[in-house]
Amino acid sequence: MPIVKDLSSYKNVWVFAEQRQGKIMPVSIELLGEGRKLATETGSELCAILLGYNTEDMAKELIAYGADKVYVADNALLENFTTDAYTKVISDAIYEVKPEIVLMGATHIGRDLAPRVAARVDTGLTADCTQLEIDPEDKKILQTRPAFGGNIMATIVCQGHRPQMSTVRPGVMSKAEMDESRKGEVIALDIKLAKEDVRTEVVEIVKEAKELVSLTDADVIVAGGKGLGKAEGFELLKQLADKMGGVVGASRATVDEGWIDHSHQVGQTGTTVKPTIYIACGISGAIQHIAGMQSSDIIIAINKNASAPIFDVADYGIVGDLYEVVPKLMEALDKGEDLVNALKTA
Amino acid sequence: MKVIVCVKQVPDTNEVKIDPVKGTLIREGVPSILNPDDANALEGALALKDKYDDVNVTVLTMGPPQAEDMLRECLAMGADDAIHLSGREFAGGDTWATSNAIAAAINKMGDYDIIFAGRQAIDGDTAQVGPQIAERLGISQVTYVQNFEIDGNELKIQRQLEDGYEVINAKTPILLTAIKELGEPRYMTVKGIYDSFREKEIKVWGFDHLGIENDQVGLKASPTRVHKSFVPQPKGQGVMLEGSVQEMTEKLVVALKQKHLI
Ligand SMILES: Cc1cc2nc3c(=O)[nH]c(=O)nc-3n(C[C@H](O)[C@H](O)[C@H](O)COP(=O)(O)OP(=O)(O)OC[C@H]3O[C@@H](n4cnc5c(N)ncnc54)[C@H](O)[C@@H]3O)c2cc1C
Ligand SMILES: Cc1cc2nc3c(=O)[nH]c(=O)nc-3n(C[C@H](O)[C@H](O)[C@H](O)COP(=O)(O)OP(=O)(O)OC[C@H]3O[C@@H](n4cnc5c(N)ncnc54)[C@H](O)[C@@H]3O)c2cc1C
Repeated sequence: MPIVKDLSSYKNVWVFAEQRQGKIMPVSIELLGEGRKLATETGSELCAILLGYNTEDMAKELIAYGADKVYVADNALLENFTTDAYTKVISDAIYEVKPEIVLMGATHIGRDLAPRVAARVDTGLTADCTQLEIDPEDKKILQTRPAFGGNIMATIVCQGHRPQMSTVRPGVMSKAEMDESRKGEVIALDIKLAKEDVRTEVVEIVKEAKELVSLTDADVIVAGGKGLGKAEGFELLKQLADKMGGVVGASRATVDEGWIDHSHQVGQTGTTVKPTIYIACGISGAIQHIAGMQSSDIIIAINKNASAPIFDVADYGIVGDLYEVVPKLMEALDKGEDLVNALKTA
Repeated sequence: MKVIVCVKQVPDTNEVKIDPVKGTLIREGVPSILNPDDANALEGALALKDKYDDVNVTVLTMGPPQAEDMLRECLAMGADDAIHLSGREFAGGDTWATSNAIAAAINKMGDYDIIFAGRQAIDGDTAQVGPQIAERLGISQVTYVQNFEIDGNELKIQRQLEDGYEVINAKTPILLTAIKELGEPRYMTVKGIYDSFREKEIKVWGFDHLGIENDQVGLKASPTRVHKSFVPQPKGQGVMLEGSVQEMTEKLVVALKQKHLI
């Protein structure tokens, strides 16, 4: 049995500020937005923990996004993420400072790091949360997450162990507002880390696609599925996306076919997106796809099959062949103002 | 070289449906499968066996009696040995307790060079068990492995990132979690299926075999609890546009304009 701790000595909300190549990842700004809400409800401070090398500007940025305190570990050994180094520094800091809640982004880094830290500091960890709330009665954090491929939502609590840890799905929480006039405190952590503690060595970081960042930041996503029938179909979708100032997304079926790179994949095992407009072209709407796009503001579905499940989540549905509908849609977009004016005068 | 692959039997979530009346998951009649990422992990291990003579691959699962079918499948694909952790004590554990039980079993097995796990199981979906096993055993880990080479005790690993990958040098003993890209799982062979019943043995280990306290596993040992579960709310009814393709697309553009979305 993991040791049940004196809960009252654990205070404040911590956000792990994930940085890659000296840039704070967008999910960390989302966590600061969410963390502020939790800190207010528990009457505590919002803190960020930042590991890296030459971190000064990033620490300022975190304060501008709302951190009251930034715990900083600045060391050449922490420049790139490694499980060993990051786990040691964060676990030491947790033992020392005793946060009540620790949030990390459910990125490929966060999902490597968080379980390792949780096992070391002997506490519970809830995976890939999409909603966090404070229980008004006992102030515990209620962590809600999808499981069974999005078929079930489960609300998880961490009973007698601290900190309460969660990884949070990127793209779900609202970003914190930036305010350069905010004040905060930067606290240097005492780092007990030797080169021998780090058993893996990152020798190279290879970037393969630049679209990814834009997928989570995009206002408009035009996504294609198996209904495209061929790889070239994505060129048509690209034209529509360009016209609407958006980017191209894809279902896993098209990625599996090799029609488009994995970095475009939306869904449970791809990227979670939350654009203003999501246009699903020739996508059936499997639960694993819907899991990654259902919180889009407006979902438009174009599909030949009127009973495709995608229509269940669509705000606007068009039954038809996407190769007819998409070109006509581009024409209609060109005529946009005229169409509205014609309606007014009619 | 001694290789252990942690495998989990999962419901085929592609086919899991919600009961519209009770709002619960319908699991009856849903086939159970070897977790997809674990099949890739096993393939990674078997590829090593193809390449080097001295490789022994043991599959290890913790789960109910019917998980035995999955172990036979792994043996039929080419694994050498199988261990089945089974017992009421293990039930209801969260990832803390699950990884604790599995790590205790691995300690009991003795020496190993590489432990494979899947990146995540498609039912619990947490991706936590692999790293937590590595932490309990005090060995290093690399997750999201899409490719690796091994030379003696040195590995060169490609770890997938959202926008590419990183190349990592590491040494055994190590735990690797596999993703789809690691390798398309091979089929069982007829001889493999025969051998899995006749030649190979599944060792069943109960809780007592592990030599740990019974408050270290299962529900009792779990820091987290499922407080409630529910079926996600379907979105309100949308609008199906009607008319010719031209009319439908024009109606759509007008609606988006009126909502100031474009
Ligand atoms: C563990 C797991 C994880 C998964 N993760 C993901 C994920 O992250 N993302 C994801 O997308 N999927 C994921 N999947 C796969 C998912 O279950 C579906 O298989 C996949 O989403 C189907 O893709 P699709 O809609 O493109 O293809 P299909 O289901 O084949 O649908 C094609 C659709 O196109 C329509 N169509 C055909 N021709 C035309 C035309 N000319 N014009 C208009 N419509 C047309 C058809 O009516 C049909 O509805 C996952 C599955 C599993 C098991
Ligand atoms: C709805 C729901 C939500 C849950 N949420 C959480 C949560 O947020 N936090 C939490 O701690 N627990 C949670 N649990 C409990 C968790 O699902 C179980 O602890 C489960 O035994 C392991 O987690 P997983 O399925 O997510 O495995 P993962 O961590 O996703 O599995 C990764 C890999 O570990 C190996 N592995 C996992 N289980 C076994 C096994 N039994 N035998 C052999 N190898 C295995 C496999 O190689 C697998 O590919 C949840 C359970 C349910 C039903």
